[in-house]
Amino acid sequence: MAVMNLIQAVNSGLKCALADDARVVVLGEDVGVDGGVFRATEGLLKQFGGQRVVDTPLAESAIIGVSIGMAAAGLRPVPEIQFSGFLYMAFAQLINHAARIRTRSRGSFTCPLVVRTPYSGGIRALEHHSESLEAIYVHTPGLKVVIPSSPYDAKGLLISAIKDDNPVVFMEPSRLYRAVKEDVPEGSYTVPLGKAKVVRAGSQVTVISWGSMLQQAKLALAHTSVDVELIDLRTLKPLDADTIIASVKKTGRCVVVQEAPRTGGLSSEIIAQINDSALSSLQAPVIRVAGFDTIFPLYKLEDHYLPSIERIVAAIETAASF
Amino acid sequence: MAEKVLKTFTVKYLQVLDESGKCDAKLMPKLSPKQLVELYELMVLCRKFDEKALSLQRQGRLGTYASFLGQEAAQVGAAYALGGSDWVFPTYRDAAVLVVRNQPMVRLFQYFGGDERGSIPPKGVNNFPIAIPVGTQGLHAVGAAMAATITKRKFATLACLGDGASSEGDMNEAFNFAGVFKAPVIFLCQNNQYAISVPVKQQTAAETLAQRAVGFGFEGVRVDGNDILAVYSAAAAAVKKAYLGEGPTLIECFTYRLGNHTTSDDASKYRSEAEVAAWRKKDPVLRFRRFLELRKLWNAKKEGELFVRAERRVSSAVGEYEKVPRADVDDIFKYTYSEMPQLLQQQMDDYKKLIEGR
Ligand SMILES: Cc1ncc(C[n+]2csc(CCOP(=O)(O)OP(=O)(O)O)c2C)c(N)n1
Repeated sequence: MAVMNLIQAVNSGLKCALADDARVVVLGEDVGVDGGVFRATEGLLKQFGGQRVVDTPLAESAIIGVSIGMAAAGLRPVPEIQFSGFLYMAFAQLINHAARIRTRSRGSFTCPLVVRTPYSGGIRALEHHSESLEAIYVHTPGLKVVIPSSPYDAKGLLISAIKDDNPVVFMEPSRLYRAVKEDVPEGSYTVPLGKAKVVRAGSQVTVISWGSMLQQAKLALAHTSVDVELIDLRTLKPLDADTIIASVKKTGRCVVVQEAPRTGGLSSEIIAQINDSALSSLQAPVIRVAGFDTIFPLYKLEDHYLPSIERIVAAIETAASF
Repeated sequence: MAEKVLKTFTVKYLQVLDESGKCDAKLMPKLSPKQLVELYELMVLCRKFDEKALSLQRQGRLGTYASFLGQEAAQVGAAYALGGSDWVFPTYRDAAVLVVRNQPMVRLFQYFGGDERGSIPPKGVNNFPIAIPVGTQGLHAVGAAMAATITKRKFATLACLGDGASSEGDMNEAFNFAGVFKAPVIFLCQNNQYAISVPVKQQTAAETLAQRAVGFGFEGVRVDGNDILAVYSAAAAAVKKAYLGEGPTLIECFTYRLGNHTTSDDASKYRSEAEVAAWRKKDPVLRFRRFLELRKLWNAKKEGELFVRAERRVSSAVGEYEKVPRADVDDIFKYTYSEMPQLLQQQMDDYKKLIEGR
């Protein structure tokens, strides 16, 4: 065991994966000599060499495109896209190919790659470094989508994602990279994909979140006397509907917190799942706390955009007293 | 049947001033003494701006900033060659281009201080907003240039890019469209030899970036990017060519980024102090000053006066910047669409009610 923050846990996960499986290759912009702009790949080049830890030219579509070819030819590529705002450059490769190779070839070719990319706001960054557009990937059949909110989960989920036979978009909450620390095993272990986690059991209101907002929701709990059951989704696709439904059946009330823009976000799907399977248990409408349907503002105004503790608490209390 | 050479190509290199400030008279661009001095003053002013931006960032008064230290000749020289109706498409590292293009310094500080209002250009000046996604705005420059042709207006466009950006698909598509449509566009490629930590040798197997243009069927030239007269000369020729409808030009300015990639970067992780020191000796500002002194256009007294003037102008922009009232919440919402959709209006109203109730 060692105390690690989230970025160290990611680094440790990559190290274990590279050491355990000769098929694993890490590639991307500045991942080698520099060790990644957030230091996620620090030390990997030195330990594993330039064939397995590859500094690429500056081209996201190429990074994902060659990863698809590598994966088809038997490797397990783990491309890093420096910020999720630049993953759009690779959309055609990711959506038209990575997500579809298995289906297109009726299983003859597969695409086991893990795209790691930081997302989310609150880091006073330049434009395109702060968005939370995970729903786009959730909406794409064939992709799995994972977002950890803690160091322990980050490492275990990353190793699971690399072992998984499907393309996985692994989004890392940049705001949490250094914000939370906890004990993390130094060796390899897995946290299963597709399983949400009940972070805190409670009886009155279910709060569902993921990534950066999970930590924000956790902080909000200190400001309310409502007995909250807090669920960390961890995997957004495939969605762990069972855990959500079981909780809502128990509490009858639910708040979903997402940093992403409100319209068409994952919270909409979660609410639809609740309508399908737990409608008769509901004692209050399910409330969303979300970002606005606007372009994410530059940093002087970003605190307005990010769902605040105040907004989360208000939603919990509205749900509880409905 | 035949086997023969169909094409060979050459790449031109241009240097007007050597490192000691001596010039090749045959290569001198047509610039009056007054213009030569103005070029120098702009470089010094821009460098002051850059220094101030870095120091504000260190004090937490500015966000992430990308210094152009060492690239003043490339930016000032190229921007100076443009006409008032030409368009520029800058990156995050091109603040000096924008200063020359009359973007008020206060707005540049606002932009790097996390305020979108900093992207508003002066009235009638087509300074496109800074593009953060690398290599993407070249296509916009080509499109605007195509619009000039289609609407029979006489303007050229300047697309800024780095060596790293030359690897992006979008950028190469921009080169191709420019060639096919003979667009009046100038690609200003500042090859500062690094894309964050990745050296240009790992960016391309080709010896120069200028030769990329050859593959796309138009002219590419490499210039000494630390020689403002070479940059100006190449840019002025490219603008003229654009106006005459003779198509695009790629100008590769071979230069060096003396600072960190941005204020979030630590360049000592990937390059040696000795390498940086060698390039510091090729300082573009110092070189041009030597040239002006050799021509008796400049002296220590003028330097002292310029220093004070530049310092004063930058400080007054900082003063203005710090007095700009923070935009209100509406600013986040009101530019999203030409009209406010009802659900968005509701989000804004609800949020304003919440914060007013505090
Ligand atoms: C599409 C895209 N990918 C990655 C980044 C992150 N990034 C910002 S600047 C940079 C390097 C750019 O290098 P270069 O084009 O040579 O320009 P320079 O910064 O040296 O001026 C990278 C990788 C980005 N902004 N946009």
